[in-house]
Amino acid sequence: MIITQFVILGAALFALGVYGVLSRRNAVLVLLSVELMLAAVNINLVAFDAFVADRIAGGQIFALFIIAVAAAEVGIGLAIVLLIFRNRRSANVDELDLLKL
Amino acid sequence: MVAVTAGDWFSTPENYVFLAIALPLVFAGWRVVTSSNVVHAVLYLVGALGGSAALFLLLGAEFVAWAVVLVYIGAVVVLFLFGIMITRAPIGVEVELSHPLRVRISAALVSGALFVLIAIAALTAFGSESIPEAEVTRTADIGQSIFERFVIPFEVVSVVLLAALVGGIVIARRDPSPEEIAAGKETL
Repeated sequence: MIITQFVILGAALFALGVYGVLSRRNAVLVLLSVELMLAAVNINLVAFDAFVADRIAGGQIFALFIIAVAAAEVGIGLAIVLLIFRNRRSANVDELDLLKL
Repeated sequence: MVAVTAGDWFSTPENYVFLAIALPLVFAGWRVVTSSNVVHAVLYLVGALGGSAALFLLLGAEFVAWAVVLVYIGAVVVLFLFGIMITRAPIGVEVELSHPLRVRISAALVSGALFVLIAIAALTAFGSESIPEAEVTRTADIGQSIFERFVIPFEVVSVVLLAALVGGIVIARRDPSPEEIAAGKETL
């Protein structure tokens, strides 16, 4: 296995996540695309951890931290989407234009 | 730019295992961002995360792999399904889930440029340097490392999780209206 395979796979997943964030209209699906980007970053971290044969497994541990932060992010994000839906009867990001005159 | 020979990409059996995992992984990721059914998108995310867990096993990172299965597939995806049910996101085929074609083309251009940029940078920087024979990382070593070298970040993450837990409850909780308080019905 060579490291470039993993980096390119991570780049592909990350690019798909960016595409999802930019093109999705429903707020829940935007959060779903963010999860895809985080998964891509995790693949890179673990691959580089194996690449440098890290003695203290720093890459794996930071992947674990990202998993924990992603769980927190989903909890908060869905709570905000829920609140917006309750107040505006809609979870579409292009209809949240209260700040526009 | 370092010339990459085909042998490096396809020479060992591990490369074929990698491809067998990576191609469905990218397909699942593609369906996550294009599926016109919300529930299908979430289920394809399960496939993508399962593929990444399989890659972690291939790299010898067993604990991270099972953490992904437990935390992501077990908890986060269920949370997403709850979010979809509660916000009554249109379940079933729905064309309005994405922005119009004009926006989607711009998004595809941006993400495609990003992918090409990272791919060229990776090929230039690493070429065909191979990953050393992966030895399985023992969970005991990970625990040792977390509680010695990374104990401060670990504690910070635990506080972040607690704050997110409290914040999620505070944000999502429905405040009772003044009439309900007057009537003594302040329960959720």
